[in-house]
Amino acid sequence: MRKISDEDHVATIPAPAAEPENPAAPRRMTLNMGPQHPSTHGVLRVMLELEGETIRKAIPDIGFLHTGIEKEFEQKFWQQAVTLTDRVDYLANLSNNLVYALAVEKLLQIEIPPRAQWMRVMLTEFSRLNSHLVWLGTHALDIGAMSVFFYCFREREDILRIFEMFSGQRMMTSYIRIGGLALDAPRGWDKAVGKFIRAFPDKVDEYENLLDANPIWLRRTQGVGYLPLEDMLDLGVTGPMIRAAGLPWDIRKSEPYSSYEKFDFQIPTRSENDVYARYRVRLAEMRESARIITQALEGMPEGAWRADAPHVVLPDREKMKTEMEALIYHFKIVTEGFRVPAGEVYQCVESPRGEIGYYIVSDGTSKPYRVHMRTPSFGNLQALGPMLKDTLIADSIASLGSMDFVLGDTDR
Amino acid sequence: MNHPAIIETREAFGEKTILAHPAEIVAFCRYLKQEEKFVRLSAVTAVDWHPAEPRFEVVYHLHSIERNQRLRVKCRLGGENPEIDSVYEVWRAADWYEREVYDMFGIRFRNHPNLVRILMPVDWEGHPLRKDYPVHGYKYSYPEES
Repeated sequence: MRKISDEDHVATIPAPAAEPENPAAPRRMTLNMGPQHPSTHGVLRVMLELEGETIRKAIPDIGFLHTGIEKEFEQKFWQQAVTLTDRVDYLANLSNNLVYALAVEKLLQIEIPPRAQWMRVMLTEFSRLNSHLVWLGTHALDIGAMSVFFYCFREREDILRIFEMFSGQRMMTSYIRIGGLALDAPRGWDKAVGKFIRAFPDKVDEYENLLDANPIWLRRTQGVGYLPLEDMLDLGVTGPMIRAAGLPWDIRKSEPYSSYEKFDFQIPTRSENDVYARYRVRLAEMRESARIITQALEGMPEGAWRADAPHVVLPDREKMKTEMEALIYHFKIVTEGFRVPAGEVYQCVESPRGEIGYYIVSDGTSKPYRVHMRTPSFGNLQALGPMLKDTLIADSIASLGSMDFVLGDTDR
Repeated sequence: MNHPAIIETREAFGEKTILAHPAEIVAFCRYLKQEEKFVRLSAVTAVDWHPAEPRFEVVYHLHSIERNQRLRVKCRLGGENPEIDSVYEVWRAADWYEREVYDMFGIRFRNHPNLVRILMPVDWEGHPLRKDYPVHGYKYSYPEES
């Protein structure tokens, strides 16, 4: 039997290719940033090659949070795997729930009743607000505007309470299930949502007032973190970063899902393509999300909150006590899962960070054959190297923060 | 769409899939980007059909913002020594996507600028998303207590 030696724990990192020595060139220093660095928002490691204070090369190193979620999917029943989707991105858990549910529903070809669709829209917009608030708070904190953090987390707390009211969980909601929702909306949900959403637009003005007249904030964000739009598209960047570069592309508009076409909202864009523009776009998106939530609250349809598909959706508790079929369906779904017809789909939604796409392959059994998650953070982070090239090391914090990545989402 | 690399075109659930010849993938992708306006490479992944042959399917998801269209391109590779040309020269996004596929499935991409593991540690053995890779267990056996 082989004993564990120290050598087993030493990760060998390939040395970067040596460049020809040029005595006239300024001396370069390699600086290791992260993986435990407060401004990298998680365990991201960036190797910076510096010439004085200028970054000549930045190489992101990821994988510290790799948990093998895609492998795990293949071991779970279709309905069990919903809980895994929460854990990909802790700030956009409902968007991940939604894209998984939509993809499996496409394979199963089941109709979702309007109430469930509208609830899904409302809650994913709440998770967008949640994510943007955390982003704004932590990003401002990185740059040095500390008080914004407390304001943002005050509203975030209210949103988490609403999530808790709906699903019983603050973060790992698993509320959107295959075939509808986990539960009907709780009693008094409209009051809680209404109270929050009436007050929210003023709160966004507050953040704006705190930052927009702050000369330090402006100097540290304007003109920083530029990358041409063509490069961004080529590198796989999606979401608010693309819109801050002037391209009005939003999956909610271009490929509407879950009845987004019935809502009236704008796609905010900016043309400056810097950290400041990304901040303005996200702020405007918060206002648009608040508008969508208000429309959902006012026009919420009555009726069923899950599909009429007894082979997929768990029956009512009441029915299980009186009807034999309901009991049989419950037993079958819980013990052996349900089968999904063989096929493959790619479903994408607009998450707070950009395009989440799930590519799901079914072989006709009760477990997914393959689930691939195209996560927005993974695509966005590829642009980090080109973006940091030839910028100052102090600006790297602002550029990095403006990308709004979640490392769990990157590494899966 | 007419290109010599296309083997078969299928449509299901409103999604178009093209099965392409692996030897001509780069030329085909360049054609798709330049002529058909698929400017974005959304994702690259693979599916392992172990123990069937050809074992691997490399799957490219393309997106055209201008035409608001998506397209899936698939290439089948044998399990013995899976290798395909890298599409990095067409879309730079392929850099990390292909590294992930290499890391998880052990499919090699020819002409890739930096084909090293990305999610797993660089000294890792095996490719976790292959179907014959165990789900449980640890790389080493624990030494017996003495």
